[in-house]
Amino acid sequence: MLRALVIDAGKCTGCKQCELACSFENEGLFNVSKSRIRVFDFHQDGRFVPYTCTQCSEAWCQQACPVDAISTDAATGVKQVDEALCVGCKVCTIACPFGTVNYNAATGKVIKCDLCGGDPACAKACPTGAIVYADAEQAGFERMKSWAARTDAGAQASAS
Amino acid sequence: MSWTGKLLRVDLSTGSITSEALNMEWADKYLGQRGLASKYLAEEIDPKVDPLSPGNKLIMATGPLTGTCASTGGRYSVITKGPLTGAIACSNSGGYFGAELKFAGWDMIIIEGRSEKPVYLSILDDKAELHDASDLWGKSVWDTDAAIKARHQDPMMRISTIGVAGENGVLYACVINDLHRAAGRSGVGTVMGSKNLKAVAVRGTGGVRVKDPARFMEATAAAKKVLADNAVTGKGLPTYGTQVLMNVINEAGALPTRNARDVQFEGAHDISAEAMAEPRGKDHKPNLIANQACFGCTIACGRISQIDKEHFTVVNKPEYWHASGGLEYEAAWALGAATGVNDLDALTYANFICNEQAIDPISFGATLGAAMELYDQGILDEETTGGLQLTFGSAEALVKAVELVGKAEGFGKELGQGSARLCAKYGKPELSMTVKGQEFPAYDPRGIQGMGLTYATANRGACHLRSYTVASEILGIPEKTDPLSVDGKAALVKAFQDATAAFDSSGLCLFTSFAWTLEDVAPQLDAACEGAWTVDKLLEVGERIWNLERQFNLAAGLTGKDDKLPERLVKEAAKTGPAQGLTAGIDKMLPEYYELRGWTADGVPTNETLSRLAL
Repeated sequence: MLRALVIDAGKCTGCKQCELACSFENEGLFNVSKSRIRVFDFHQDGRFVPYTCTQCSEAWCQQACPVDAISTDAATGVKQVDEALCVGCKVCTIACPFGTVNYNAATGKVIKCDLCGGDPACAKACPTGAIVYADAEQAGFERMKSWAARTDAGAQASAS
Repeated sequence: MSWTGKLLRVDLSTGSITSEALNMEWADKYLGQRGLASKYLAEEIDPKVDPLSPGNKLIMATGPLTGTCASTGGRYSVITKGPLTGAIACSNSGGYFGAELKFAGWDMIIIEGRSEKPVYLSILDDKAELHDASDLWGKSVWDTDAAIKARHQDPMMRISTIGVAGENGVLYACVINDLHRAAGRSGVGTVMGSKNLKAVAVRGTGGVRVKDPARFMEATAAAKKVLADNAVTGKGLPTYGTQVLMNVINEAGALPTRNARDVQFEGAHDISAEAMAEPRGKDHKPNLIANQACFGCTIACGRISQIDKEHFTVVNKPEYWHASGGLEYEAAWALGAATGVNDLDALTYANFICNEQAIDPISFGATLGAAMELYDQGILDEETTGGLQLTFGSAEALVKAVELVGKAEGFGKELGQGSARLCAKYGKPELSMTVKGQEFPAYDPRGIQGMGLTYATANRGACHLRSYTVASEILGIPEKTDPLSVDGKAALVKAFQDATAAFDSSGLCLFTSFAWTLEDVAPQLDAACEGAWTVDKLLEVGERIWNLERQFNLAAGLTGKDDKLPERLVKEAAKTGPAQGLTAGIDKMLPEYYELRGWTADGVPTNETLSRLAL
């Protein structure tokens, strides 16, 4: 089963535990500026939205990379950057429509989410269940279920 | 680790900016944040200095756990000599600024002198610069935040700033970071304004390291579970915020109402957490739209609110139609119960203005309550107030007053001096609900006796956050005590004061202490920081900090005589509720407290106490 990060922004409080966990896992220290996942604060709407790489099946970053530094992990579906091959040209950062691959000036390479090799630290750190690591084919399950409940409630109301 | 080991010193008089090694000997004795910065302040300024003169200093300080993944590990404090009280001031704030400062590589910033013209300080990792802020002077917190981010082309900067209140000498101006998180009390923003420093903008990319990462992850995970499993931190605060207290405290007969004439407010429900979640009259939407966490916080008690667009406060003012920081309990009490106003959206609007202009809503609301009583007694009239009808319960009066106070216009200028100065000016000092010149917050000591001693002895003037005995007396944390009895309260207050000083110096939020004791904090600190951090050591550090602050205040000219509650609380009995017939029993508690502290009968630490604490 291929799994994906399933994000329910409605549950996010903006605490950044995901960013802390991501930077700790990948950099060995707490440094949210190097986190592969980011929480955006839409202050005037009172909304917080975590956002990261969704591991496209046909990834723009991968196709754009001139040195084939981005490969697919067969088990997890992760698009991963081989640091030994990456030349820091940043073409992938231009190619990615979602902005989720970024340049790291400290290493001269690009960084992106690699799902921590199949056990993402952000999902484990999220205190509210806004980020879970679940079956990629059922990512919409909870959302469908909530709409199903409303649909049926409407049908019942009009029947009564 | 987990201090960065560096402090930034900024002399605004000369423009010099230097990096200094943190005094690690002091860090071992005072931990960080509140304790360590208080030590620096006490060493570096004359306690008798005029708080608004260049001789005063202002310190922004993080704790060792700030910027780590410890739950709530994002706090910072602003420490200075306070202009409202003449005592040491230390105001703690969440949001994201503190962690960012740490990521930039700094444990604290010591700001001294006074700039000739308005400036702001930018910090990008180890590069710190002062910039002209003439065009920002007069701007709101919200506009300043946006303008600085735009100027530096960096939306990820974190900004702490004063509003117009701090520029205009309002004595209870705060420093606001991240749009609505406040280092709120004692006028720390007034000091910043007196130095012509508009804002500090920080961006940090360096990160924070801990001593033993594996052990730290284990300790923080265990502590987070304690918070999640606790009824207050796991359920009450995330669902209702601190406003969960409004109905509880009202029922306990400890909600100071209309300048503490009463201890129960008939409109309490209308301004409570429950009311914030109910669909309201016109637009059928609730006032509360989300809860927000500060950096690293797994509790998330913050409120995000939106005012009904048709409410009289915001009609034709689209700039207030969006969501922003909503009512916390203390603000709802001060803007509501203290003034007798039960209009939730009017309170939310007043709270927005307090955030936008960086005004402490506790001191503002309490001062307005006192002014309303003066008006009620005929001592103030429309002529003296410049046409304001300061009637108890008037939402219009609340709104007009809050719009005037930050700008120091008309009667707002007098309100901005706080209730002690206002009531003294009109010959009624007994109507000021203050200790050491600072307005007391949302708990009436007649109904929660321990809070009387808390207010009387708090080193920054009346304050609930120095020994929150409400936890024990009302919520039963860590064990239930009788709120109407003074027995055992001296020991309770001392124990809470010492533990709180340790929490406040760690980088953690005090609200964790609804679930955590120092038993939960010590393992996190010990895994993160150099040195050995045990519960006993933290208690000793806490007691040392308390006595250091006391020594500062005594040297500043305060005495035991200033550990005094407003006359009303000790002379006029509560009229209703469980505390009916009771006054605040401070006279019995205070001598007992001095003795437990190892202080003389005049409230001065004995030499023996000082040497025991290595002071």
